[in-house]
Amino acid sequence: MSDYSAWDWGVGSRTVADLTECDCDVEWREENQASPDGEQVGAVVKTGEGEFSVCVNGSCWEPRYERIWYLRYSPDGRLAGLANDQGDWTMCVDGEQWEESFGFLFNTMFSKDGSVIACCVADSMTYGMVVDGVAWENLYANANNFHLSADGKKSAAVVQTIPLGQAEVFKFKDGIFSVAVDGEAWDVNFVNAWSPRFSADNSSVAAQVRLNLFDYTIVVDGKPWNAIFNQVWEPLFHPKSKSVVAPVRLSGKWGMAQDGKVIWQPSFFQTWQQQFSPSGDKLAAIVCPEYGRWTLAVDGKPWNTTFGDMVMDMTFSPDGKRLAALGKQDGKWTVFADDKPWGGQYDMCFAPVFSPDSKHVAARVEKKGKFTIAVDGKDYGQGFDQCFDPTFSPDGSKVLIRAIADGKYMRIVEPVAKIIG
Amino acid sequence: MKERVWIKDEGIERGAEKLTPERIEKTINQVLDNEAGSRLKAYVETCAHCGLCSEACHFYLSRDRDPRFSPVGKVKQTIWEMLDKKGKVSTEFMKQAVQVAQTECNMCRRCVQYCPFGIDIAYMMSLVRRISHKLEITPLYIQDTAHSHSATMNQMWVKDDEWIDALHWQEDEMREELPNARIPLEKEGAEIMYSVIGPEPKFRTQLIYQAAAIMNEAGMDWTMPATPGWDNSDMAMYTGDSEMMGRLKRLHFETAARLRVKKIVMGECGHAFRSVYDTGNRVLGWRMPPIPVVHALEFYWDLLNEGKIKVAKLFEEPVTFHDPCNVVRGRGLHEKAREVVRAFCPNFIEMTPNREHNYCCAAGGGVINCGPPFKNSRVESNRVKAEQLQATGVKVCIAPCHNCHGGLEDIIHKYKLDMQLKFLGEIIYDCMEKPNAV
Ligand code: SF4
Ligand code: SF4
Ligand code: SF4
Repeated sequence: MSDYSAWDWGVGSRTVADLTECDCDVEWREENQASPDGEQVGAVVKTGEGEFSVCVNGSCWEPRYERIWYLRYSPDGRLAGLANDQGDWTMCVDGEQWEESFGFLFNTMFSKDGSVIACCVADSMTYGMVVDGVAWENLYANANNFHLSADGKKSAAVVQTIPLGQAEVFKFKDGIFSVAVDGEAWDVNFVNAWSPRFSADNSSVAAQVRLNLFDYTIVVDGKPWNAIFNQVWEPLFHPKSKSVVAPVRLSGKWGMAQDGKVIWQPSFFQTWQQQFSPSGDKLAAIVCPEYGRWTLAVDGKPWNTTFGDMVMDMTFSPDGKRLAALGKQDGKWTVFADDKPWGGQYDMCFAPVFSPDSKHVAARVEKKGKFTIAVDGKDYGQGFDQCFDPTFSPDGSKVLIRAIADGKYMRIVEPVAKIIG
Repeated sequence: MKERVWIKDEGIERGAEKLTPERIEKTINQVLDNEAGSRLKAYVETCAHCGLCSEACHFYLSRDRDPRFSPVGKVKQTIWEMLDKKGKVSTEFMKQAVQVAQTECNMCRRCVQYCPFGIDIAYMMSLVRRISHKLEITPLYIQDTAHSHSATMNQMWVKDDEWIDALHWQEDEMREELPNARIPLEKEGAEIMYSVIGPEPKFRTQLIYQAAAIMNEAGMDWTMPATPGWDNSDMAMYTGDSEMMGRLKRLHFETAARLRVKKIVMGECGHAFRSVYDTGNRVLGWRMPPIPVVHALEFYWDLLNEGKIKVAKLFEEPVTFHDPCNVVRGRGLHEKAREVVRAFCPNFIEMTPNREHNYCCAAGGGVINCGPPFKNSRVESNRVKAEQLQATGVKVCIAPCHNCHGGLEDIIHKYKLDMQLKFLGEIIYDCMEKPNAV
């Protein structure tokens, strides 16, 4: 992320752009995207017959394309869209396109700080990744489960290394899939592989694999764990070591394994989306402790607050002491943190965000078609037609609200104390 | 009685070469002891061998009441024998059991309505399939489909870009007719995620077109994902690979959750509905789908009743309606479907039997997916369906399910019926008001 202490944190509200205005002819405007600092709002616009551009704060990008899609701001505030001109695809970033063009581009990804922009490429029936405009040297007959390391320096995908004809089920069972890192495939194949993930230092990659039709395990740098499970989910490296954890299923129940050894005895009907606290001293996951009831578990111990519909977006606080997630019950969403749900219920909630000092939790919420943000369970007074995720100031005392009402995009900075009263 | 024909299938034959008596015994007992539980026991203890379920089954009726094709006959040839012999059955027996469970039962659950004890034969057939999966003797073609699911998260080996490309292409086509129409990809916070089955981007893109046109003209706030997770279909459910079923359904629901939609609307498919509404969500720990799932039939009904789509012209030709098991017996959508049909088709003729008593198309339950080796047998096993269709005297049959289309098409062909099949969305698209069309 760009240095966000330099953003305008002066309390107040200002209109950044009138969305009905643009310096080019606009037939229609697609979904709005707001920059992380709130100073820009962009959208794909149709500017003519089969002609599209991007309008940012009332001003159009110069190039015109036959199609632009998946327009997103990178965490460092650059706006990137996948663009097609006469059958050639490129990434257009702030109106400047990559030098090279490709057969087809999709699935844009950003490094954590936004400095690296990557996406997937399909060219002449071969597949791989493009990082900052440079494609993998080796492309594959098929690739999927694409992944970019947090710093954007490494990329990985599941790749098909052996051709497969129609209905060749026995060949398939011999293993035709592997994992490629920066385009280099491991020298082993598996029946299936999914969700490659990097270690914190990028030196290792772990993935889920199926060894035959029913034995699952985790593989690290091409070497499977010794233990075999009835099912596994995505692996995760410890933030400070090479240790890997993954949810595993044994005798019909889910638990957690670390480096092949069970660390949470299988007792849940489901366990997934595990995360380490930033220092790595705690491990939490979304679990189903009782059939049809969902909650979080920390180090294998489930919380008491459960939800019947769904739990998602588990988030650790920066200090690792607090944990929040979304819970849905009877069709209504809420945020729950530290085993306590907020009082309010919403038609939709977005991923919870902690303040840098870990004291507050905020989320974008929706009620009766109006959007706003809520902090520690208290709604911001005004409802909007659209709203983006809130961002806390570096000292945690203010919150940036990016919102659209009556065709105008606004940037609001509000003291947290005023919202939570 | 006609001689029983045992069909050679490469998947079954080559898989069976690797079987040993020990592996068969161990696998059967492991599934029956650890996975089947009390339900199977109760069924086996309750069944009075009365045969009342026989009359329910289109296989039995179409095959001149051959008891080997009756529901209870299928159980006798498979799971009872396995229980009786405590898993000590031969490879030959297992090969035949696969044919029975995987290709001679559509898991349509018609028979359960006829059994005084509500015994679910389909459940027992699914246990046989689970055993076959673990013994790796699943028929070739459906196994290939399950492999596609595992490797691409869709039914048809559709690669990540091919899906997006199909949507871009349909959007371009649609703009010739509806210049402002969109297929919004990855629109976070849309009301609806629309999901389809693998064959749509591959062979039946016009269905995506029609659905998109309906969404646009009805003014829906909708989206489609540009990532795997767009496919709601599930042949792993029918090969007994419940782990893979769970993996597919997790991705489907997490994709909808990532897009922050309020509901998933799915196209006209029966088995996919069963997978997202009943079996797939439950295997993951969700009693009900975590994000509500609305089948196309119900969605059309909502649109019509909310006045979001209006009838511009009537489809005058007489039509009949085939009730797909999975959304009628499985979800009770028959009346809503009829209301929509009647709104557009004034000359609607019921087939008999109908609604929850309708005969299956003989394609469902993964049977059509077992491919060419079993095609003749499948079509022969649904003579009653042909007779039922013919008796309506109409030339258009609306079948709101992909598999039903496949199965009925084969029956229409084999029994030389002068009949055309339609999806309901096709008729709606043709006959609704399109205020934005040029
Ligand atoms: S095909 Fe249908 S009626 Fe026949 S046994 Fe199977 S579930 Fe029962
Ligand atoms: S109707 Fe029920 S009790 Fe009678 S034979 Fe069939 S399954 Fe058994
Ligand atoms: S294909 Fe259609 S009729 Fe056949 S089992 Fe499925 S829903 Fe029923």
